[in-house]
Amino acid sequence: MYAIEVVEVSRVYQKYSARHRFQTFKSALVKGDLFRSLRPDELVTALDDVTIRVEKGQTFGVIGENGSGKSTLLKLVAGITKPTRGTVRTEGKVSALIELGAGFHPEISGRENIFINGIMLGLSRKEISAKFDEIVRFAELEDFIDAPVKTYSSGMYMRLGFAIAINVNPDILLIDEVLAVGDAAFVPKCLDRIDDFRRRKKTILFVSHDLTTVEKICDRVGWLKGGRLLMVGDPKRVIDMYLQDVAETQEEKFERRREEKAPQPSAEEERRENRWGKREVEISRVILKNLAGQEKHVFAPDEGMILEMDVVAHAETDDFVFGIGIFNSQGICCYGTNTHLENFEPVSIRGEGKVVCRIERLNLINGTYYLDVAVHKRDGYPYDYHRNLYSFLVSSTLRDVGIGRLPHAWSFSPGIEIKPPQRGE
Amino acid sequence: MARLFHNLRELYRYRVLIQNLVVRELKARYRGTVLGFLWSFFNPLLLMIVYTAVFGLIIQPRDPAFESKPLIYALYLFCGILPWHWFSSSTLESANVLMIHGNLIKKILFPAEVLPVVTVTSNMIHFFFGLPIVLAFIPILGKKLTPYALLLPVVVLVQFIFSLGFSLLISALTVHFRDIKDILANWLTFWFFATPIVYSMTFSSIQGSSLLRNFLNLNPMTHIIQGYQYCLFYGGLFHWKRLGVTLLVSLVLFVVSYKIFDRLRDSFPEEV
Repeated sequence: MYAIEVVEVSRVYQKYSARHRFQTFKSALVKGDLFRSLRPDELVTALDDVTIRVEKGQTFGVIGENGSGKSTLLKLVAGITKPTRGTVRTEGKVSALIELGAGFHPEISGRENIFINGIMLGLSRKEISAKFDEIVRFAELEDFIDAPVKTYSSGMYMRLGFAIAINVNPDILLIDEVLAVGDAAFVPKCLDRIDDFRRRKKTILFVSHDLTTVEKICDRVGWLKGGRLLMVGDPKRVIDMYLQDVAETQEEKFERRREEKAPQPSAEEERRENRWGKREVEISRVILKNLAGQEKHVFAPDEGMILEMDVVAHAETDDFVFGIGIFNSQGICCYGTNTHLENFEPVSIRGEGKVVCRIERLNLINGTYYLDVAVHKRDGYPYDYHRNLYSFLVSSTLRDVGIGRLPHAWSFSPGIEIKPPQRGE
Repeated sequence: MARLFHNLRELYRYRVLIQNLVVRELKARYRGTVLGFLWSFFNPLLLMIVYTAVFGLIIQPRDPAFESKPLIYALYLFCGILPWHWFSSSTLESANVLMIHGNLIKKILFPAEVLPVVTVTSNMIHFFFGLPIVLAFIPILGKKLTPYALLLPVVVLVQFIFSLGFSLLISALTVHFRDIKDILANWLTFWFFATPIVYSMTFSSIQGSSLLRNFLNLNPMTHIIQGYQYCLFYGGLFHWKRLGVTLLVSLVLFVVSYKIFDRLRDSFPEEV
């Protein structure tokens, strides 16, 4: 029994030019063939032959770059737009968290907006009255509920929108990137609510760029690229493939730009591209692998990483230092080192070579990390410096905080009763 | 036809939403003003005073159709302008309504025709707020209010169906042809003067020319506005045959407009 069944669905959008529009208006007036003349100039395929089946009680994640058709898919499931080809079937009441507070009227109070928004989302007045206090409490708006919505901060606006939509109590919940705007305190609250939904065996379709959350809450993940469904399956595997693809595209772009500007790239441009140095010694390629030697971009905190650099020395030199730096998304350096700091003595480098840095355990917390790699002189003169050009993701279900995970163990005296974590967490 | 009934049933299911949106629309209009809802009475009252001043004191038209009294003429004018205002503002607002609420159409699943229905209904309620002013001025200006005023709901119903039909058509077409908005503003001015509001069908210039008379009679709003004038100003029975034909025309317009609206419905989320 599937809660959501999307079978061989394509969605084609139509584009009209202004001139065409004018002509259709004329011909519509003159010939009266309004529908025939409303033909588009250009067709844009947002979804191409996509089939997704989500079982009841499952949480299905959809990932993909901007413009890959994620939101179109959600709108189709919500019934807001119709498929050009194929069928969309849903079982049960659908509530869409596509844009929070979409129906709010700024001039009237939060109280009145709760009623109108609730009715739009399919609740009756009675149901809203029953849930009213809970909605207000969840949105933390007890003191402001009678003020006009235009006086709300964007956070309050969002909280109210989320509180209403989540209280519609649907069988199928569609979530589109709405958690991206919440503040640090509200997002966990929303995630708790979503967890609660999952426990009650409701079906969720979750669209997000936040891969960590996707991996954490989804049972299965689909990857959309250019309107096509490339892959469906286990979250970890799909996200890993996706990140590799993103990295490849970025690298390709990087390569292409470098080729285009090969003759004499100006120092200014190089700086903007986060790469500088005259490249007497050049880093031509950087690959991340796990300890088993597989190329990867998503790691577990207790996993190790092998960082491989292909280097080319265009002229022989006896002054060179290889360095790496790992930065988190806030730009804080989590770890940095180089061969000079670790007292390696450079003797000579010539032609092509390979530098490998093996990190036994990453010991980092959840999040996205950026990598600096560089080769420079001992006095700091850069040959080739790559700033934040490579990234990887550390993904874990633990919610510890900080910069790195220090190796640690807990122990308790016999008087303290405390249960160890369940295995498999 | 089955599709039409399906749509109407669906619309009926959303009556609570319509009702709430109308209330919201009315509340939001005067939110922040000191007098609030009282403006719904004050606006037509002030309008009435202006007309009375201009026609009673400045222009002083002495046409036998208005017992040669300028104040009576002001009353006649008002009987037509009030319902016309309902019609013209519904139409003008409908031209914009799908675009203004574009985020609703794009993000929330609900029948888009709710929006023009809300526009026509909330403007109708505004019209209702103005009615007591007319009813009060009829005895003040020395006319008699007759039991024929009780037939007003019939005229209101005809106008509601006609306005709704026209609004549905305009709102759906404007999504694709934005020029309609500007055409409409000018067209409504022309339409206003092609309707016996500032003049009466009994004027000798109209009675003398059968071409002009036929032209004015082809305008559905002529019969609707005359309906109000008969109920309120003349205190007699309206031309029920003509109003009946107008009702028929309104129903046909409504059905055709709804069909067009329905055909274009799927394109709204992309185009608004």
